[in-house]
Amino acid sequence: MLLQSECKSQSILGGSDVAKSYHRPICRSREGGIATPGGLIESAVNMESMIEVRDLVKVFGSFTAVDQICFNVPEGSIRAFLGPNGAGKTTTIKMLTTVLAPTAGRIRIAGHDPVRQPMLVRRAFGIVFQDPSLDDELTGLENLALHAALYGVPRKEQGQRIEALLGFVGLWERRNDYVKQYSGGMKRRLEIARAFLHQPRLLFLDEPTLGLDPQTRSHIWEFVKGLAKEQSVTVFFTTHAMEEAERVADDITVIDHGKIVAEGTAAALKQATGTASLEEAFIALTGRNIREDEASPADRMRMMRRAWRGR
Amino acid sequence: MRAVWILWLRQLKRYSRSRSRIVGSLGQPILFLFGLGFGFGPVFARAGNGNYMEFVAPGIIAMAIIFTAVFGGIEMIWDRQFGFLKETLVAPVPRLAIVLGRTLGGATVALLQGLIVFVICLAAGFRIHHPLLLPIALAFMGLISMVFTAIGTAIGSVLRDMQGFQLILNFLVLPLFFFSNALFPVAGLPAPLRVVVLLNPLSYGVAGMRQAFAGGTGFDMLTDFVVLGTAAVVLLGISSFLFSRIEA
Repeated sequence: MLLQSECKSQSILGGSDVAKSYHRPICRSREGGIATPGGLIESAVNMESMIEVRDLVKVFGSFTAVDQICFNVPEGSIRAFLGPNGAGKTTTIKMLTTVLAPTAGRIRIAGHDPVRQPMLVRRAFGIVFQDPSLDDELTGLENLALHAALYGVPRKEQGQRIEALLGFVGLWERRNDYVKQYSGGMKRRLEIARAFLHQPRLLFLDEPTLGLDPQTRSHIWEFVKGLAKEQSVTVFFTTHAMEEAERVADDITVIDHGKIVAEGTAAALKQATGTASLEEAFIALTGRNIREDEASPADRMRMMRRAWRGR
Repeated sequence: MRAVWILWLRQLKRYSRSRSRIVGSLGQPILFLFGLGFGFGPVFARAGNGNYMEFVAPGIIAMAIIFTAVFGGIEMIWDRQFGFLKETLVAPVPRLAIVLGRTLGGATVALLQGLIVFVICLAAGFRIHHPLLLPIALAFMGLISMVFTAIGTAIGSVLRDMQGFQLILNFLVLPLFFFSNALFPVAGLPAPLRVVVLLNPLSYGVAGMRQAFAGGTGFDMLTDFVVLGTAAVVLLGISSFLFSRIEA
């Protein structure tokens, strides 16, 4: 009960009774017991957590997108961040990656504060965004060279690293082709290679396998797991594909309506909800309602681009 | 500074690879050059103002520059919507460096486009009187490019999609072009219009270019240079500020 005072989010579980039966306070270090009434002992937490989130809030106008969430991701682990559309996943990732300012709360990425020390945080992570973020008019190689320059990868190492990574994701032969000639899966692989280029300690993947066929998805996870293991990188990813979360992640955090509703291994979530699959567990936790996503400006732009370029 | 350089290079690569865009955006200035240049020539001469081609060519060059520059800056909206901007926003690089790289790149592209129109003007009968002053004319072209790319970047930082495209074309770019001294002399304009023209940074750029091409030197040109240079710095500051407030 001591820990309960640390983070209010656990007292407002997302409406699901079943959650209460096993949901433990998330706002503590994984080993537990390091918390004090005055707050967590920072050094103890920083040593082991690659991501540390406390009472994080983001409000847009009258809408609370992220509502006092707390979680830790230990260094070297792979964490799946699940939730229905509009649950607050992408907003959370934006705050973790310094591109969106939190309304309240505290974040530490590799021990640094994204608000106060954005440059240190940015150097520490690599990211694959939900939407492609490559320059289509450049070649694969040029995209990576641009990234290397932005991240200050030493010129001497640049060529070697790029060759190794492109080889790893199977794009070395196509390095001089324009990215606009790449398939969706190739673009994803290139983005993953790019995210590893500056040797980050943490990798964010926001629905990296959206819209890809099973072969490509399976490949991409092989690359990610392989690279993450090889370079001992912590991975934090979102997905709607439950079997991916189950197969890839060490632990799973479930967010809904801006609140963390559950956290644990896939087995623990299934056991606690009394369900046979992670998908059923997910639905038990987040309900059956279908979430509506509003058309974003990006969707409208895509339509316009299609109209313009549809020669 | 490596970041500034690589973003500059990116703009140039994109430019050199889109031949259809290069050619397409030359259409309008060429139309103006031939339509107005030859059409108004006799009237202009009869009114005692001399050779209209000589007068209007710097204006047409400026036109090519400002269209390319403003839309080069606004192009950032595409980058924003199709994601590439995010790649730069999460990079460990100050936003100022990103703005500088983009703006310098866009300005270089606009300058190149202006040079192409300059060559076309020469082919159409435009003559420069003092080749030694050409670098000064180029400097003015460069400053116009900077000013208007910065304006484009500022707009691109505020707008979220291309819905406002027509608005910007009709209520910003075209007025900036028409309410300047690009097409007609300032002398003899009604007072209110004269004020508008004198507030328009483009007027100073065109005046400077015109003088440099025609071989004049002196105080006027220095004033033009200072005004335009100040405008470039101020607008670059504004666009950096607006850019730095972008949240992905």
